[in-house]
Amino acid sequence: MTAKSKSKSKTGVPPAEMTFEQAFEELEALVEQLEAGQLPLEESLALFERGQALAARCGQLLDSAELKVKQLVGEKLEDFEAET
Amino acid sequence: MDQCPQPLQCLSDPALTPLPRSATIACVNLPLFGQAEFGPETWTVTDLNRYVRQQLESDFRLQDVRVQGEVSGFRAYPSGHWYFSLKDANAQVNCVMWRSRVNHQRYTPRDGDAVEVSGSVTLYEARGQYQLDVTSLQPQGEGALYREFMQLKARLEAEGLFDSARKRPLPPRPRRIGLVTSPAGAALRDMLNILRRRLPLAEVILAPTLVQGPEAPAQIVTALQALAQLMPDVIILARGGGSLEDLWAFNDERVARALAAMPVPTISGVGHETDFTIADFVADVRAPTPSAAAELVSAVSVDDLRAQVDAAFDRLALALGEMLSARRTALNEQRVHLRRLSPVLQLRLARQRAIELQARAAVAVRHQLELARERHNRLVQILGAVGPPAVLQRGYAIVRKPRGVVVRSVDDVQPGEALTVRVSDGEFGVEVTTR
Repeated sequence: MTAKSKSKSKTGVPPAEMTFEQAFEELEALVEQLEAGQLPLEESLALFERGQALAARCGQLLDSAELKVKQLVGEKLEDFEAET
Repeated sequence: MDQCPQPLQCLSDPALTPLPRSATIACVNLPLFGQAEFGPETWTVTDLNRYVRQQLESDFRLQDVRVQGEVSGFRAYPSGHWYFSLKDANAQVNCVMWRSRVNHQRYTPRDGDAVEVSGSVTLYEARGQYQLDVTSLQPQGEGALYREFMQLKARLEAEGLFDSARKRPLPPRPRRIGLVTSPAGAALRDMLNILRRRLPLAEVILAPTLVQGPEAPAQIVTALQALAQLMPDVIILARGGGSLEDLWAFNDERVARALAAMPVPTISGVGHETDFTIADFVADVRAPTPSAAAELVSAVSVDDLRAQVDAAFDRLALALGEMLSARRTALNEQRVHLRRLSPVLQLRLARQRAIELQARAAVAVRHQLELARERHNRLVQILGAVGPPAVLQRGYAIVRKPRGVVVRSVDDVQPGEALTVRVSDGEFGVEVTTR
C-alpha cells in the first residue's frame, strides 16, 4: 500500500493532461519498472493500468495530431496560415 | 635538355611562348631535325600538325585558360560530346567539350549565350584547326562568383567551420522545428506537407526571410538569431532550386557565421541535389533539398511513434503476464507444501491403510473358505467309499416294511408279511415264509 501511494505520487498526472512526450516517456519508464519484476502484485497491476491509460493517450494524441505552424513576426509568435 | 635549339626557335613564336625555351622542349621528338643545317626542312603535314599540337600543349599558359565569349553553332552529339564556337565581335575559336566533362555539366548553353569557359588549347590535327578543349562552362558572371565561393570556402574551412567534430547529431524526435525560409516559396509548402504527414505532433516556427537578392543575407542572419532565442530542437535553413546567383545568399559569409553560431543542430536544404553552398558545409547536416531536410527531421514518423507506443504496451502486458505467472507458480508451490502438512493427507493415508487391511482380511477369509471346502470334499469322498450304495454294490440288501421301516431283526417281521428288498440296481417285493 505504501509502495502504491509512492508510485502514485510519482505518476500522478492524469493522462488526459499529458503531452505525447510525457505520456510516452512515462510509459517507457513503467515498462522498465514492470520488467524488473520486483514490485508487489497490487502495484504491478496499478502500473499496468496506468500504462494502458498512457498508451491510449499516446494513440489518441497521434490520431488527432495536427501540425502547428507559427510565424515569427518581430519578437512575437503568430499563427501562420499557409496557402494550400 | 637543350639538345636541339635551332629548329625549335624557328618554329616557336616568341610572342606566344615567352617562356624559357628549356621549358617547352621536354616532350618534343621530331624525325627531321637532322636536316636543319641545310636550310628549311621539309615536313609532312601530319608531322607539322603534330608538332604544332605538341607546341601548343606544352605551353602551360595555354593549358589553363579562361575565355569569355558568345556561344555559336552549338551542337550536342549523340556520342555525348559538345561542339560549338566561342566568338566576340572580331574573332572566334572552335570548342569541344568531351562527354566525360559534359556529364558533370549542370548548365547547357544555347547559341547566343554569353559564357565563360575553362580549358586548354590544342590542335585538331586532321583539320589543322586549333581549338579549345573545354573542361567547364558557366554563364558569364558565374565564373567570378565561383572563384569567390572557392575562396570563402577555403577560408572558412581553414578556420575549422566545416570540421566534422563540430557536427551535432539531429534530435530523434524534435518537437519544435525552426524554419528559416521564404514564407511564399514552394520550399516551405513542400516542407510543411511532409511535416504534416510525418510529424503532426511537432510545432513549426517559421522565421520568414528573403532568400535571394542583396538584402537576403542580412535577413537570413536576423531570422536565424531570432529563432535561436526560442531554442527549437532543430533549425532548417532552406530554399528551393535556382540559378547560382539565386542561391548566392547561402554563400554569404555572414550567413555562414550565423549558422555556425546556432545553439541547436542545423540542417541546410538549399536548391537541388547538385547545388552545394557554403551553408551546406557549415550546417550540422546537409540535406540535398528542402523536402529532404523535412524528411530528415521526421526520421521517426507518426507511424513509427505509433509502432513504438504499441511495442511499449506489448512489453508492459508481457511483463505483467510474466509477473502473474511467476506469482501463480509460487502460489502452486506453496499449495503443494501446505497439502503435505494438512490432516486431509493424514486422513487419506489412514483410509488407505484401512482399505489395505480390508483387502488383506478378505484374502484371509477366502483362504479359510477354501480350506473348509477342501475338507468337505475329502469327507464326501470318504463317505462315498463307505456309504449304502457301495454296500449294496457288494451284495448286501436293505429290507423295508411297506411303511419304509428298515428290517433290522427277525423279530421285526411276521410270516406272510410283504416286504421290499432294495439291491444295488433296484427293488423287488418278497413275502416272509418262515420265521
